[in-house]
Amino acid sequence: MSLKNRLNFLYIILIAILPLSNIFASENNNSELKNDDKKSHEKEFDVSEMIMHHIKDAHEWHLWGPEHGGTAVYLPIILLDNGLKTFSSKNFYDGISKTTVDKITNASVDYLIGVGPAAEYAMFHEKIYKLNNGELTFEDGHVHGSIKPWDFSITKNVLSLFFGAILILVIMFSVAKFYKRNGAVAPKGLAKFLEPLVVFVRDDIAKANIADGKHTKYLPYLLTIFFFILFNNFLGLIPILPGGANLTGNITVTLFLSVCTLIITLASSNKNYWKHIFATPGVPIALLPIMIPIEMVGIFTKPFALMIRLFANMTAGHIIILALISIIFINQNAAWGALSVPMALFISVLELLVAFLQAYLFAMLSALFIGAALEEAHH
Amino acid sequence: MDLIIPDFGLLFWTGLVFICLLFVLTKFIWKPILSAVNEREEKITEALELAVKTKAEMQTLQAENQNILKEARAERDSIVKEAKEIASKMVADAKDNAKKESEKVVVAARQTIEAEKSAAIAELKSQVATLSIEIAEKVVRGELDSSDKQKALAEKLVGDINLN
Repeated sequence: MSLKNRLNFLYIILIAILPLSNIFASENNNSELKNDDKKSHEKEFDVSEMIMHHIKDAHEWHLWGPEHGGTAVYLPIILLDNGLKTFSSKNFYDGISKTTVDKITNASVDYLIGVGPAAEYAMFHEKIYKLNNGELTFEDGHVHGSIKPWDFSITKNVLSLFFGAILILVIMFSVAKFYKRNGAVAPKGLAKFLEPLVVFVRDDIAKANIADGKHTKYLPYLLTIFFFILFNNFLGLIPILPGGANLTGNITVTLFLSVCTLIITLASSNKNYWKHIFATPGVPIALLPIMIPIEMVGIFTKPFALMIRLFANMTAGHIIILALISIIFINQNAAWGALSVPMALFISVLELLVAFLQAYLFAMLSALFIGAALEEAHH
Repeated sequence: MDLIIPDFGLLFWTGLVFICLLFVLTKFIWKPILSAVNEREEKITEALELAVKTKAEMQTLQAENQNILKEARAERDSIVKEAKEIASKMVADAKDNAKKESEKVVVAARQTIEAEKSAAIAELKSQVATLSIEIAEKVVRGELDSSDKQKALAEKLVGDINLN
């Protein structure tokens, strides 16, 4: 999520506590001339652009300061373009900013041309393109006529993904070690905290939805997906470096997870499942030409809904918190922190619940779909 | 629009990380954790079943104990009752015996008394006879210590005989 704004958020809390807010407020009110001056060389605060920037993936991990030239961790770029090419994203962010005109809409478009090892490439909206005669051409807001090399960069989300995976492994290994060392005893420490979750997934998610004791086969997948989403959801709520990326609110990640569920559902489906699709019991034969396409679409809408649900919930949470914090910056007055900070705090707490709820829902619905595909006929 | 267009690079990394995670977690973590949890749950179930069984056993044992206690009590009661009966019988017997003995003693005493009495009477009689004779002798001697008296007596006796 918004590291920059979370830091600002802390700053605002401090200001709201100290009676300094009046000084800031009066300074802002009495220096309209100064503000006008600022506007001339600084872009006006654009809420939607800032929010979109923070919920999308990036090749840098922005910490604080202005969007370009502020403090950031530059992440490695890995391109597959006639061989593997790796260099720092600093070569783009500190590269040449170029403005051109869209050929159709005639709007002005800004993009970055890389320097040093990135000299052949340009970056537009965090996407990397190969330069065409030293420039990019735009048609209707899109890059036209330039090759897009395969981009396997360690982006903000990828780094967050690695961190989340390592965190899960470290925590889970220590829990597994506890059981290996102590055997079947009452859990202590981390095991005491995580065991109820494992048992919850086993009993209330797997066992409740997959009948006849077949759940043990799918339990590792359900546990992995549950903890993967849960840990990454929580990491997304932490504003400091290893957290803060909108990983589980990224359509690519949710797409991958829902495709996994789809593949497992189809792989474990039995005759009864397909019979329900191609010859739904109790439906007159005349209706089957309508029912079969509907049922076919139904196979894909279920995981599609999973994908959209997780993506939309996590992204929406990030957007709301960012928007609430932005109230301060729209009004250019720290006193608004008295309104925006408690509201953002409330939403953050709500997001803790949502983080758990979405992990639960994803795992539960996955189990439900798998369970439905495994169900035997009972007529 | 960028927001809802999947990115291939991220898809690749997500897939790689997730599949590795799934493999490692399944092999090294979920299995030991789940087996430990299952084992413990089995232990707990067994312990609970054992507790129920033990409770039932305890109850039967208690019932048995109660029965034994009841029997023992009944036996004790009967023993006490018997003892009481024996005791009362013994007392009654003793009383009877005592009575009989005392009666015997009384009878014997009476007989002795009778015998003693008759002996005493007999002796008394003989004593009285002896004494009477002695007294008669002394009286006779006194009467007959002079010749006059002897003559008078002889005369009188002769007179008596004559008259007859």
